[in-house]
Amino acid sequence: MKKPANLRLAHWLIPLVTGVGMIVAWYAVHFGLGEDRRFLVPSPNEVLSAFREKGPTLWGAAVSTGTGALLGFGAAVILSFGMALVLSLSPMVRAGFYPYLMILQMTPIIVIAPILVLWVGPGLMSVTIITFLICFFPMVVNTTQGLISTDRNLVDYFRMRKATRFQEIFLLRVPAALPYFFTGLRIAATLAPIGAIVGDLYAGNSAGGQGGLGFLTIIYSSQFEMGALFATAVVCCVLGFLFVGGVLALNWLALHKWHDSFSQSDR
Amino acid sequence: MPTPPPIVAFEKVEKRYGDGPLILDRIDFAVRPGDFVALIGPSGCGKSTILRLISGLSPISAGRIVIDGREPGSAVEERAFVFQEPTLLPWLTAARNVEVPMRLRSIAPAERAERARRSLALVGLADRADYYPRQLSGGQKMRVSIARALSIPPRILLLDEPFGALDEMSRDHLNEELLAIREQQAWTTFFVTHSVAEAVFLSNRILVFSANPGRLHREIQVDLPYPRTEETRLSARYQHLVAEVSSLLRSVERLRS
Repeated sequence: MKKPANLRLAHWLIPLVTGVGMIVAWYAVHFGLGEDRRFLVPSPNEVLSAFREKGPTLWGAAVSTGTGALLGFGAAVILSFGMALVLSLSPMVRAGFYPYLMILQMTPIIVIAPILVLWVGPGLMSVTIITFLICFFPMVVNTTQGLISTDRNLVDYFRMRKATRFQEIFLLRVPAALPYFFTGLRIAATLAPIGAIVGDLYAGNSAGGQGGLGFLTIIYSSQFEMGALFATAVVCCVLGFLFVGGVLALNWLALHKWHDSFSQSDR
Repeated sequence: MPTPPPIVAFEKVEKRYGDGPLILDRIDFAVRPGDFVALIGPSGCGKSTILRLISGLSPISAGRIVIDGREPGSAVEERAFVFQEPTLLPWLTAARNVEVPMRLRSIAPAERAERARRSLALVGLADRADYYPRQLSGGQKMRVSIARALSIPPRILLLDEPFGALDEMSRDHLNEELLAIREQQAWTTFFVTHSVAEAVFLSNRILVFSANPGRLHREIQVDLPYPRTEETRLSARYQHLVAEVSSLLRSVERLRS
């Protein structure tokens, strides 16, 4: 779909204008505070210099947290898919498992984290498991819903054609569930970096190695390094964008050709 | 001329779902190979149920159905079903959709592609092979659905109001095309419809049903010669038959109320 040129320009210009406005507001708040409290809101250039100063540390922490997030997220994708296939088999299986999945979901991660640290020790393993726990549930629920929501007419058609159970699942139910799967994946992608950062906050390990972003947050806040703390926040934000962006790209690749969510007035 | 043995025979067939009310009550008819049978009647007369019984999708409650001397549950591949909805897989292109029944029977990919190509050409959609369903119009989707049904040439073709959702122009076109394809592939056809005009135009026999419970009310022979074309609709005989079946249908509907 082609937009008129001036509309397209506005599409880029408007966020740019609001961005500049926000930076101006930021400076205004910074200088509006009294000198004794000014350190609470570091100015944008202080944050930039924190980046210059702590660059390697921030990068290392981002890689560490990113690795944990990616491993936990990946494990959640694979295992949730298997679990969803099992759950889709019958309402009885779902009745048997759902209450316990709910328990897993309802127990706050903040409570689980210290238990995990005692079980497997601090470090990447704990961070990965915490990320996994936080991503698993939305993925299972959405994928299962997708697998059992297959168009009744299509199922009838496959049954009439005497499709095997295997064919029905892999030629019909799984592709039909893809949009639901991606809904779960999008939710999990926003949760994965948060899970890894929270995990790192409780179960990160800087002893003998590189701490993650959660660990840095603790260090910088205890040292009142506001600029570095803000820089850490920016890195966390970028990490989140990378995850969501990656999933949106996958979603586009898998669905844009056929799914209605991508239909435009190209007919 | 000796009459060939029936390809489909219903003998005192009854159908109810679970403990529900009787849907079909003592249905008796025999269909010869090559017949084009239209099933018409008020909603709730069980005409779609009859197709499901022939397809083997649903079991009967009493009586007997003989298809080619066998039970409906066996030899399913000889029967093809076209539903009211196109029931295409939205993530597959038109050609891939046509290949689905062949995939289910593990036919080699090269042969699948070739047969799908021919089948799409048959319904006039050769140039839409790589389109996804959402890029096709309602009539085109229905054509793909028919191409899919014909990709493994069936002996019995079951059509459940396939053109019900289309506008009259597309419907007339598809009716003519369906008969043209039938000249090349000799199936026995069962066609459920609400449209009297469609029933008369397509079939050589019309079974008129009454509802609650579904009973076979009357059979009409359509003696219009094949091939039928646009001109057929203008003939006096055609219009006479349409009027006759319409009034029959009205009397059946009165019967109910």
